[in-house]
Amino acid sequence: MSLDTGSDLLSDVDLTWVKRKELLFHVLLFSAAMFGVAMLALLIFDILIETAYGVLILGIDVGTFLTSGASRTWEQAGLLPAIIGSIWLVFLTLILSFVLGVSTATYLEEYAPRNRTTRLIEANLTNLAGVPSVAYGLLALGVFVNGFRMGEILLAGALALSLLVVPIVIVASQEALRAVPDGMRNGSLATGATRWQTIRGVVIPSALPGIVTGTILALARAIGETAPLIMVGAVLEARSTPDPTSLFGSMPTMIYYWAFRPVTEFHNLAALAILVLLIILVGMYGLAFFVRNHYETRV
Amino acid sequence: MTMATNETEETGGRNDSEPLISTEVTSSETGRGSRADETVLETRNLDVYYGDEQALQDVSAEIPEHKVTAIIGPSGCGKSTFLRSINRMNDQIDVARADGEVLFHEKNVYDEDVDPVALRRKIGQVFQKPNPFPKSIRDNVAYGLKIQGKEVTDEAIERALKQAALYEEVKDKLNSSGLDLSGGQQQRLCIARAIAPDPEVLLMDEPTSALDPVAASKIEDLISELAREYTVVIVTHNMQQAARISDKTAVFLTGGKLVEFGNTNKIFENPDHQEVEDYITGKFG
Amino acid sequence: MSTDTDHGLEITGDVADDQRRDRRIRRFLFGCTSITVLTTIAIFAVLFDNTWGFFFDATFSQWVRTSVLNLGVEGLTQRVSFIEFFTDTEWRPSHADDPRYGIPTLLAGTLLITVGAAFLAIPVGTAGALYLSEYASVRTRKYLKPTLEILAGVPTIVYGFFAVSFVTPVLLRPLLEIFGLSIGRNNALSAMVVVGVMTIPMVMSISEDAMNAVPDELRNGAYALGASKYSVSMNVVLPASISGVFASYILAVSRAIGETMAVTLAAGATANFTGNPLAEVQTMTAYMVTSARSTALVGSITYQSLFAVGLALFLITLVANLVNDYVKRRYREVYQ
Ligand SMILES: Nc1ncnc2c1ncn2[C@@H]1O[C@H](COP(=O)(O)OP(=O)(O)OP(=O)(O)O)[C@@H](O)[C@H]1O
Ligand SMILES: [Mg+2]
Repeated sequence: MSLDTGSDLLSDVDLTWVKRKELLFHVLLFSAAMFGVAMLALLIFDILIETAYGVLILGIDVGTFLTSGASRTWEQAGLLPAIIGSIWLVFLTLILSFVLGVSTATYLEEYAPRNRTTRLIEANLTNLAGVPSVAYGLLALGVFVNGFRMGEILLAGALALSLLVVPIVIVASQEALRAVPDGMRNGSLATGATRWQTIRGVVIPSALPGIVTGTILALARAIGETAPLIMVGAVLEARSTPDPTSLFGSMPTMIYYWAFRPVTEFHNLAALAILVLLIILVGMYGLAFFVRNHYETRV
Repeated sequence: MTMATNETEETGGRNDSEPLISTEVTSSETGRGSRADETVLETRNLDVYYGDEQALQDVSAEIPEHKVTAIIGPSGCGKSTFLRSINRMNDQIDVARADGEVLFHEKNVYDEDVDPVALRRKIGQVFQKPNPFPKSIRDNVAYGLKIQGKEVTDEAIERALKQAALYEEVKDKLNSSGLDLSGGQQQRLCIARAIAPDPEVLLMDEPTSALDPVAASKIEDLISELAREYTVVIVTHNMQQAARISDKTAVFLTGGKLVEFGNTNKIFENPDHQEVEDYITGKFG
Repeated sequence: MSTDTDHGLEITGDVADDQRRDRRIRRFLFGCTSITVLTTIAIFAVLFDNTWGFFFDATFSQWVRTSVLNLGVEGLTQRVSFIEFFTDTEWRPSHADDPRYGIPTLLAGTLLITVGAAFLAIPVGTAGALYLSEYASVRTRKYLKPTLEILAGVPTIVYGFFAVSFVTPVLLRPLLEIFGLSIGRNNALSAMVVVGVMTIPMVMSISEDAMNAVPDELRNGAYALGASKYSVSMNVVLPASISGVFASYILAVSRAIGETMAVTLAAGATANFTGNPLAEVQTMTAYMVTSARSTALVGSITYQSLFAVGLALFLITLVANLVNDYVKRRYREVYQ
């Protein structure tokens, strides 16, 4: 340092303290940013350890686990009816929410006049997206299960999930529609297309990758939802394969049930079930990112 | 009773002042007339407002069929507005409002019984920024035909691409995306898309301003060709371009006023108005 | 007039068919849109109707049908007094001998966990957002942002499991033992931690958006004066984006209030009017899921109590969302 005569010029500006503070601040912010990552790593680590303990030490048979239903003894307990229940739920939710969500988004972005009513509808939508999921379960319990006397069937659960997912699908679709440049719409309208022809011929095809990505992410949210299903009356101990009009269980409700059992071996079953759920989720996220990156049109 | 009287009076008045045009319109019932200087589009006392701001003031102009009419003027003087008010694309802008008349074959396009969609099927438009759809070249050209319920044939697509002087460059890749073309090619694709359903009028809003000089000159050549079959109205910032390709020129000046409208030669050589001369020679502003 | 038919601009033929289809579809799409409005109305109506049934001996609609429409208004028998509901500090609706209905008990549980979660998520989320917007390299951002999305996408039941199988026994218990404290399997503290962790991505990403919206001219102005990155972050970026950052806090709090499964698993099912983070507590949401099982009997007070709690929850999150909406609109005005 003593040789560094060039810095004489600035020697009256003492930056050591500033630099130290700067470094400390940087480290602090970095740790904060990494905190979430660390927690995620711990969470995955925990699930893997619990699963490994269950499979390797306790001897949970993965084959039995994936092919049988809930049972009083942990050795014979399995996830199959719950997996099938979850698949049914996601499938029905997709059918019930996709058309509804995309239609609403299309109306709001392409047709709705910019007036008070529209603003109110949109404000209501953001509000709906913030309603706790358990409230949707309560709505389905009051209206479908007991109001329409549907009973505690899978369809009622799917309806609850759809109500929950529709605002998410709408918001994602609106974003995708908004990303379509107006030049495209004008090009179509100037060719003598009606609004609808423009939407169908140009706007929706351009927005579709975004809409599909948003929908998959919304369904990923739905498949992990537990509270609305419990409110609707899901069977916690799913023993037999459900269909839309039968009583039902699902993966998350099964996890909830096992996690609450006093016998600790069931906790390892829960971990294994979580692993299955997370693998399915990773698949869905992967699909969403693939669609986003692969089909997104350049404009 | 009174209304009928008014109508006869009005028609009478029109016949008195412009007897030639009136007869020509009647004679053009067969469709594409070929007589020179037949008026296909006419604006009368057209005012356009965006909210409280007036963008066009009392514009009256007659646009001849099968000719190239150039619209020139400084930025913000209302050229695009004028174009959009012809095919009612201004309907898309919430705050836009038009007073006065735009007559297409003597029919006011702002009449209650006119459907803007039907109007736009007869008046095509090409935009400043090329806006091909994210579809194949073929589907881009076929789009208008499909939309308008016309038959989509390979011949129709080929014809449109040839007219747009694009066919030779893309004939081997009709199924590749329109977005893969160069800017100049994209613009010609948009021209092909606009003319494929065979409109009568083609509106072009600075179609070459986003292009390099070579691509621009290709499109310029094309425009003169197009005038054989279509009536072309083109907005341009380029005086030389207007002088080269147009038969008639309309000069708008700030405030949305149409200051002078006449034969291109006359406007560029000996305009009636000092402001127009100043603008053309670059002294304006 | 004969010339008029030639221009072909009237609403006839093909165009008319296309336009008719356009209008038909527009009506259909509008119908779909109104369903979203209907959902909101339905949620409120169902909650209100059954909450009425909680306080009185019939739901609002039953009461209207039987008393008002038929024979004139009959007196209502109130089974839960409003005073008890709003002030009692015991909550045990299913208790056979002495049921008590004091929502402050559940509110306290919700409040305790929400405040605790906010103490974790707000500082960590804000600092993380500052890191992302001011310090992180493009590469770091590229990996960090998707990781946050994943963190936000983990189902809440998984966080609940994480709380009871890891956070409490492995992290908290040894740590507290140093101070001579002990905690049970279910405790508010572990719920605070996991709810805090799951709301961090929300605070981080929304705050970062707000920070990115701060124009670079502001930063450059400060750098030109010789400011360090630290002082630019704290004195320029943070104040300039404060309303957006604040909006993210409200959203995170609203999310924490409505959070259900993680809280149910972590904090337990014992309603306790307490501010002690080491105790087992029950939130409004946890009460709803744990009691939904034992309420086969429609009309029973336990069944109706679900809706009373639900209505309270709905109203609280509604207020939070409205405040967030208001703050967001104000912050949009600043730079757009
Ligand atoms: N969508 C709009 N909303 C409000 N005002 C507008 C809109 N479009 C144009 N204007 C206003 O109308 C006036 C004329 O605009 P116009 O786009 O027609 O000008 P122009 O002659 O085409 O200009 P340029 O040469 O720059 O394209 C301008 O003052 C402009 O601000
Ligand atoms: Mg313009």
